[in-house]
Amino acid sequence: MTEQISEQVTGAQSLVRALEHAEVDTIFGIPGGAILPAYDPLFDSEKIRHILVRHEQGAGHAAQGYAMVTGKVGVCMATSGPGATNLVTAIADAYMDSVPIVAITGQVATHLIGTDGFQEADIRGITMPITKHSFLVTKADDIPRVIAEAFHIAGTGRPGPVLVDIAKDALQALTTFSWPSELALPGYRPTTRPHGKQVREAARLIAASERPVLYVGGGVIKADAAAELKVLAELTQIPVVTTLMARGAFPDSHELHLGMPGMHGTVAAVAALQKSDLLISLGARFDDRVTGHLPSFAPLAKIIHADIDPAEISKNRTADVPIVGDCREVIADLIGMLRKQAEEDGVEGDFSAWKAQMLSVKAKYPVGYDRPEAGLAPQTVIERISALSGPEATYVAGVGQHQMWSAHYIDFERPRQWLNSGGAGTMGYSVPAAMGAQVGLPGSVVWAIDGDGCFQMTNQELATCALEGIASKVAVINNSSLGMVRQWQTLLYGGRYSNTDLNTGPESIGARRIPDFVKLADAYGCVGLRCDNEADLDATIEKAMSINDRPVVIDFVVERDAMVWPMVHGGASNDAIQIARDLAPEWDDEDL
Amino acid sequence: MTSHTLSVLVENTPGVLARISSLFMRRGFNIDSLAVGPTEIPEISRMTIVVNVDQLPLEQVTKQLNKLVNVLKIVELDSTNAVERELMLIKVKTDPHTRGQVLETVNLFRAKVVDVATDAVTIEATGDAGKLTAMLNVLEPFGIREIAQSGRVAIGRGPRSITDRTLRAVPGTQAS
Repeated sequence: MTEQISEQVTGAQSLVRALEHAEVDTIFGIPGGAILPAYDPLFDSEKIRHILVRHEQGAGHAAQGYAMVTGKVGVCMATSGPGATNLVTAIADAYMDSVPIVAITGQVATHLIGTDGFQEADIRGITMPITKHSFLVTKADDIPRVIAEAFHIAGTGRPGPVLVDIAKDALQALTTFSWPSELALPGYRPTTRPHGKQVREAARLIAASERPVLYVGGGVIKADAAAELKVLAELTQIPVVTTLMARGAFPDSHELHLGMPGMHGTVAAVAALQKSDLLISLGARFDDRVTGHLPSFAPLAKIIHADIDPAEISKNRTADVPIVGDCREVIADLIGMLRKQAEEDGVEGDFSAWKAQMLSVKAKYPVGYDRPEAGLAPQTVIERISALSGPEATYVAGVGQHQMWSAHYIDFERPRQWLNSGGAGTMGYSVPAAMGAQVGLPGSVVWAIDGDGCFQMTNQELATCALEGIASKVAVINNSSLGMVRQWQTLLYGGRYSNTDLNTGPESIGARRIPDFVKLADAYGCVGLRCDNEADLDATIEKAMSINDRPVVIDFVVERDAMVWPMVHGGASNDAIQIARDLAPEWDDEDL
Repeated sequence: MTSHTLSVLVENTPGVLARISSLFMRRGFNIDSLAVGPTEIPEISRMTIVVNVDQLPLEQVTKQLNKLVNVLKIVELDSTNAVERELMLIKVKTDPHTRGQVLETVNLFRAKVVDVATDAVTIEATGDAGKLTAMLNVLEPFGIREIAQSGRVAIGRGPRSITDRTLRAVPGTQAS
């Protein structure tokens, strides 16, 4: 599509027109001095809705949430200096979790760059290690080309954040708008088609293996490959594990699903990887939270590693069969090759004994928890939210215990049902990301499952939600502490709770309820509810579900000593998994 | 750990050097030397990077470099199949007594004198790292006052060119 307009426009008008060409319908941002020229034509755009957030970090996470649920590139906008640096956390988060966003920042005028001008920060330099690519635009004529390139880079290959920093004088200068018909990016050629020879080799290894596992990562969701994955798993009857970033890529209700692997993984998922003789890694990256102590991770397994980013392959664990390509194409080709192998050569793996073995481990060690004698179990709250909202709802977690409980106790049945900050572990992700997700999915139910620590980092966006009619729901799993840190202090520091008490709980536990989340919700124009016992739990959730015109915040006052299990301690081998404190699974000979 | 010489063709745009040095720093790769200069194509610059890593991290280095959008091509040059040169400027103390010996050393190493003062000469020498080290060892007793040394540059032997075809535009990359 080429559009040439010979009329004179400003750089700012050219920017807005370019964003419209890139099919942007939503921008999350805050204006300020250097970006101010862009906000004038943005005011007139009929195609783009700008959502005024309260903090730039909120804009960044909202763009992520929007991108994760829609599969499109999310957009955030900020001014120079502190506006731009406030985006840094969200950009770093998007980089770690491969979320396609474009961050547009104003920069001081060209003649001021490098002079320590007012609100000047070298945001391109600051974000260099945490962006897929970045641009500094100092000429108005370059704006449409740079925007076209930025969206292409962010959304293709391994997705990621792209920063476009535009000098104020470039926004003010006169130019003509011209949308590029072709992109000149000779150094950017992501490989999406897998190599046939590698796929054949992978199929051969699968057929020859006895204890294969499909180790599924977030790449399967990014590639929209969940349907293909299901076909592959059912065709081969190979057990599946889904990483934290891949929850929902394969239905939890499926017999072959062993759950999440890693530091807080299920016994079955961890055991499957440790005992496997072949890992078929699809869009996963052997993160330290999955592998634990790397030399003892899956010690018997050969590795088929498929990823769109060649640098992930053999980064942490050497692959026997590397496959560079888009997961959907890789899986589709693999299915074709396995069928061909079976039909033409009669070669087919038989994994029924292995499958039966792993299903028995799964049945023996389901994730579970003990209900406390008094008070509300956090796991029960999350289980009930999931049960009453169903898999059609979207769940957005913060970081910590509530995130791990969400990963275990929400029933994930579809891709893009689950959003969280996996790689970066950004506390404060949940409320703004849920806001972005709700904007991307108007009319559907979006739950932010947050902790009392996380919630206090970004809850200012409740104002944005209330004013913009974004009716997302926030479940604060309030244990009055930085729960995951507290858990480690319980287990590793002799119960010395140094600086983890947040005092958001009730007086009955000696806390001061500062702030009172119900009053806070009320102050922000949201509905505030509180629940501290199981008898009221369903009614409270149902009440929240019935409110669709405003955001709802529920303060779930939960028992503070609940811990996340299973657990593999940091740096330990996955073989040392514990299902409760000092309690290891009993391995029968037949399990091994 | 072994030393590897990488020739990296990059787009000649601002910030490329910063991207590459930042990548090396944050991934913990060691650079022994780095030289940047133009090529016969004005849009392309060439960096010669000497890295000191094991074979497996080297694969990571090249893969990570390849992910930079401005990096066009990376070739590892094997010293047996490439010409490698470094340039060194050396200021050596001299007096009427030692000047002759210093000049003899210059001739032996096929270097040249580029500046003369009453009590010092400045020598320009090119060669591979071994030759320059040998020359420095010989000059050392006279008193070395100052050294300026370039990074290594290298080019493959034979008729083939690594810049050929690098600029060919990518077909099929269409803006939406």
